[in-house]
Amino acid sequence: MIDALQIRLQRLLRRMITRPRIDLPLAFGLFVLGCVGLMTLYSASGGSMAMITGQAARFVMGGILLLLISRIPPAVLRGWTPWLYAGSVCLLLVVAALGEVRSGSKRWLDLGVLSFQPSELLKLTMPMMVAWYLHPRQLPPSWKDIAVVGILIGIPAGLIAEQPDLGTALLVSAAGAFALFLSGMRWWKIGSLLAVVGAMVPVAWHFLHEYQRNRVRTLLDPESDPLGNGWHIIQSQIAVGSGGLWGKGWQHGTQSRLDFLPEHTTDFIFAVFSEEFGLVGVICLMALYAFIIGRCLWIAMEARDTYSRLLAGAIGMSFFVYVFVNGGMVAGMLPVVGVPMPLVSYGGTSAVSLLTGFGVLMSIHANRKVHD
Amino acid sequence: MALKRRSIKDSRGESTLFRVRAMVGFALILLGLGVLVARYQYLQVQRHSEFALRSENNRVKPRAIPPARGLIYDRNGVLLADNVPAFRLEVVPEQVSDMKTLLSDIRDVVPLGDDDIDAFKKQLKQNRRFDSVPLKLHLTEDEIARFAINRWRFPGVDVVPYLTRRYPYGPLFAHVVGYVGRIDADDMNRLDADRYKGTSHVGRSGLERSYEDVLHGEPGYELVEVNADGRVQRVLETHAPTPGKNLYLSIDLRVQRAAAEAFEGRPGSSVAIDPRDGQVLAMVSVPSFDPNLFVNGISRADYSAYMTDTDKPLLNRALKSAYPPGSTVKPFLALGGLELGIRRPEDTVLSTGEFCIPGQQRCYRDDVRGGNGTVNMVRAIQLSTNTYFYKLALDMGIDRLANWMGSLGFGKKTGIDLIGEAEGILPSREWKATRSKYGWFPGETVIAGIGQGYWNVTTLQLAHATATFAGHGTPYAPRLVMATAAVKEHAVPLPNPPAGPSLIHKPSDWNVVNQGMEAVVYGAGGTAMQAGVFKGFPLTVAGKSGTAERFSRRSNDYDTNKNLAYLATRHRAWFIGYTPTESPRIAVAAMLESGAWGAADAGPIVRKIMDAWLVSTGGPVPPKATPESAPAVPSSVPEVPEDTPVATPADTPAMPPESASSSPPDDGGNP
Repeated sequence: MIDALQIRLQRLLRRMITRPRIDLPLAFGLFVLGCVGLMTLYSASGGSMAMITGQAARFVMGGILLLLISRIPPAVLRGWTPWLYAGSVCLLLVVAALGEVRSGSKRWLDLGVLSFQPSELLKLTMPMMVAWYLHPRQLPPSWKDIAVVGILIGIPAGLIAEQPDLGTALLVSAAGAFALFLSGMRWWKIGSLLAVVGAMVPVAWHFLHEYQRNRVRTLLDPESDPLGNGWHIIQSQIAVGSGGLWGKGWQHGTQSRLDFLPEHTTDFIFAVFSEEFGLVGVICLMALYAFIIGRCLWIAMEARDTYSRLLAGAIGMSFFVYVFVNGGMVAGMLPVVGVPMPLVSYGGTSAVSLLTGFGVLMSIHANRKVHD
Repeated sequence: MALKRRSIKDSRGESTLFRVRAMVGFALILLGLGVLVARYQYLQVQRHSEFALRSENNRVKPRAIPPARGLIYDRNGVLLADNVPAFRLEVVPEQVSDMKTLLSDIRDVVPLGDDDIDAFKKQLKQNRRFDSVPLKLHLTEDEIARFAINRWRFPGVDVVPYLTRRYPYGPLFAHVVGYVGRIDADDMNRLDADRYKGTSHVGRSGLERSYEDVLHGEPGYELVEVNADGRVQRVLETHAPTPGKNLYLSIDLRVQRAAAEAFEGRPGSSVAIDPRDGQVLAMVSVPSFDPNLFVNGISRADYSAYMTDTDKPLLNRALKSAYPPGSTVKPFLALGGLELGIRRPEDTVLSTGEFCIPGQQRCYRDDVRGGNGTVNMVRAIQLSTNTYFYKLALDMGIDRLANWMGSLGFGKKTGIDLIGEAEGILPSREWKATRSKYGWFPGETVIAGIGQGYWNVTTLQLAHATATFAGHGTPYAPRLVMATAAVKEHAVPLPNPPAGPSLIHKPSDWNVVNQGMEAVVYGAGGTAMQAGVFKGFPLTVAGKSGTAERFSRRSNDYDTNKNLAYLATRHRAWFIGYTPTESPRIAVAAMLESGAWGAADAGPIVRKIMDAWLVSTGGPVPPKATPESAPAVPSSVPEVPEDTPVATPADTPAMPPESASSSPPDDGGNP
C-alpha cells in the first residue's frame, strides 16, 4: 500500500519535472516578477538576508504548490469547488467567533503549528464558486443568477470586511465580480448594478470604522495630519516623486533606508521600487504585470469549458486589482488599505495564495482546447 | 467533453462572448495600468523637483559643531583656563519609555544630585525628543566604569565626551578670569542662537564673561544624514569651527600669587597697574572661591557655603566694593591745588589740631593732637596733615574738587575690561542733589578734602588714579588682557591708547606731589617710614597710607582702646604706592577691610606685591620686608586715625553736616 503510494508519488514527481504541465511564458513572467520582488526586498529591508531567504523559501513553497495544483484537472477542481467554498466560509465564521486579534483586527486562525488568514483562501475559492455556479447556467446570466452570485460574494465579503480587512474584502469581491463580468453579464445590467452600488456608497460610509474613514479623509488632504495618518501618504509620495525618471538607483533610496517610509517591506514596497528605479522602472514593472494578466486572459480564452474560462479570467483580472489598489495607494491616489503588491511585497500568505491561483491557471492551460 | 454536452448551453456563443469580455477586460486593465503610470509620471516627472527637495530635507540635517573655547594665559604663557576632555551622561528622551523609573534606577549606578535632576528636567522641556539632554556633567572614572557595566539596563542613556573648562589655579584668578557655567534658559534668550548651537557653556563672570565674544569662536557645522527618528547615520560634509581666540593677561602669575598671599586670608583687595599703559599687573580680592565648582553646576551645599560665608568670597572687592578712601586722596587733591593754581608748593598752613570753617562753629580735628605746626604741601602729604587739606578743599570748592577728582577717574567706571564695576561716590553737588533734599554744606567740602564724608572708591579706582598720577597724568583705562591670539597664530597686542590728554600741565607740579609721597615712605614722620614698610627695597617708592573709620565714634572705647585687634574692627586700611619714582613702572593700591592702620597693615601688602613684581621683571630679589611684628605701632604713630571722620557715609550716606559737627573736637585723652 505504502509502496504503491510511494511509486505513484515518485512517478508524479518525475513527470512534474520531465514534463511540466505549465505555460512557459506565464511561468517566465512570474519568475522575473519574483526576482524583481526579491531584489526590491533586499534593498528595502536594508540587505536583510533573513528576510530574503524567508521570502525565497515562500516562493519555492508556492512554486511547489503551483506545480502540484497544475496536475489537478479543472474538472476535478470543479467537483471540489462547493466544498472548498463552504469550508473556507466556515473557517471565516470560526475566525469571527474565536480568531486571534492582531493589531486591532481579527483575521488570524491559530492552528498551533502555523497561523493563517482564512480570508486568503477566499481569494481563490470565491472565483471558483462563482465560476462553478455559472458553469451550467445559460449565459449571459439572468437577474436571478446575478442575485445568487451576489449572495455568494456578499456573505464572505461581509465577514471579511467585518474583521475588519477592507483590502481583502475588496479583492475577494472583485474576484467574484470579474467572473460575473466575464460570463457576459449584459452591459445595461452592469450599468444599473454599478449605479445601485454607487448609490450605496454613502450608506457604506456610515458603516465604515472610524479609522477607515480617517484613511479616506487623509487621502483627500494628507497635509492636514502630516505626522499621523498623513505620514504614510506624504512620505510615500516623497519617495515616489523623488525617484524621478531614472530613480536613485538600487539600494540608494533614502526614504526607505532612513525609515521615513513606513511599512517599506510590505504594503509600501512599491514606493521603494519607484524611488530606486524611477518612472522607467515603474513602466517596466507595469508592462510585466500587463503581460502576466494578458497571458492569464489568453489562457482563459483557450480554456475548454465555462468553469475554466471564468476561473482563469477572474484570477488574472483580480491580479490587476492588487496592482492597481497597491500602486494607487503608494501614489496617494487611493486610500491606505492592506493590499500587497503581488509577489513583490514581503509576506508569506499572499505569495503562496497567489502562486496557488497560478497553479490553477497552469492546470487550465494544460487542459486547454485542442485546436484543429 | 461529456460534461459540456450535458449542458444545453450555446458553448460556441459563450466562448465568443467570453473572448469579447476578456478583451474588453484586458483593455480596461491596460487603461487602469495606464492611469497608474500617468499618476507616477505626474509624481516622478512633473513634481519631481518638489519631492526631490523634500526628500533631501528629510534626509540631510545641518548639525552645529561647537568651537573650542579660547584659552587664557598669564603674561608669560602660564595656562590659567584650560579645556579638558570630560565625559557626561546624556539621555535621548525619545528612547526612554519611563523617565521616572530611569531616573530612580540610574541613581544606584551614578549618583545624581537634586540639582542635576532639576537642570535635566528643565532642559528636557526645551529640547526636541530626539535631541540628547545632559543628565550629569563631568563624570568620574568610577562613575563611567560603573555605568559601562550597567549600560544595557538604560537604553537611550550614554556617556558622551565633551570639553569642559578647568582653572588650574582655582581661587587665585577666580575674580579676574571668572568662570563659565552651563547655558540656561535665560542665556538662550540673550545669546545668538546660531552661534551657540551645540555649545553647553558660556562665560558667567570675570574675563570669561567680558571676553565672551572673543573666547567663544565661531561654530562650524556638518551635514549629517539622519533617519526618520532623527538619529545620525553618517556625516556627509564637515565645516570645521573656528576656535575662540586665546587671551594673554598682563598679570604675572607670581605677582598675583604674592598679592593674594600678602593678605594672609584677611578680607581685602589689591590692584597693581603699569602706569605706562594701564596694564593690570595683579588684581586680587580676598577671600576667593574655586571657579571650578561652577563650571559643571555647583552643588547646593557648596553654593550655600559661599553665600553664607560672612567674608563673601564671591564678592570681587577690587571691582565692586567701594569704601571711603581716607587720606589716600590727599596727594591727588594737592596736585589739583597746584594744577588749578590754588596753591603754590611753598604755601604753608598752620595745623593746630583743629580746623574751624571761618565764620562757623563747626570744627574738624587734625591727625595729631596739637597739629603738625606749619606745613607746606610736601610736608602736609608726608604727615597727612588734615588741616592743610581741609583748607585746600574749602579753597578749591566742591565743584572744582569734584571736577578735578572726577578727571582722575573717581566716581565713574575706570573702563577696565571686566563687567560689573562699581562707580563709587565722588562727592559733588550733583551727586547729593539726587540723594538728599538738603543743599551742599561747606562742612561736606571740608571732610571731602580728607577722603571722608560721601567719598566711596573701589580699590581699582584708587589704583587707576595712582597709576594715572604715576604715569605723569596720562590716563589709561586699566586692561587685564594685553593680547589675543587666534589658534596657530602669533599673539596680537590689544591696543590701549590713552583715554585722554595728560592731566598734568606743569611737570613741576608732579615733582612736588611725588616728593611728598616719597617723604611718606622715606621722610621722618612719614607713616610708611615709621612702619618700616619699604626698608631695603632697591627702588625708590612713593606712597600714601589711608585709614578710614568703619563706624562713627560713639563709645568710650574709641578714645581709650588702642588695642590693634579692636582698631582693626573699626578701621579700613589703605595704601597706595608706585615705583620707581624716576620712571614709575608699577602702581599699587591695597585695601584691608579690617586693618588697624593704613601704613602698617596695608603697606606691607603693597611692598610684597612690589617685591614679587621686581623679581618677575628680572630685578634683584629684595630683602624681606621688616617683619610686621616689629614696630607695629611706633610711638609717634598718631593715636587717632589720621583721617578723623565725623561721620562715615557707610552709616549715614546723606547725613547733613549738623549731626557731623555735633562731635566735639577731639582734645585727646592720652597722656
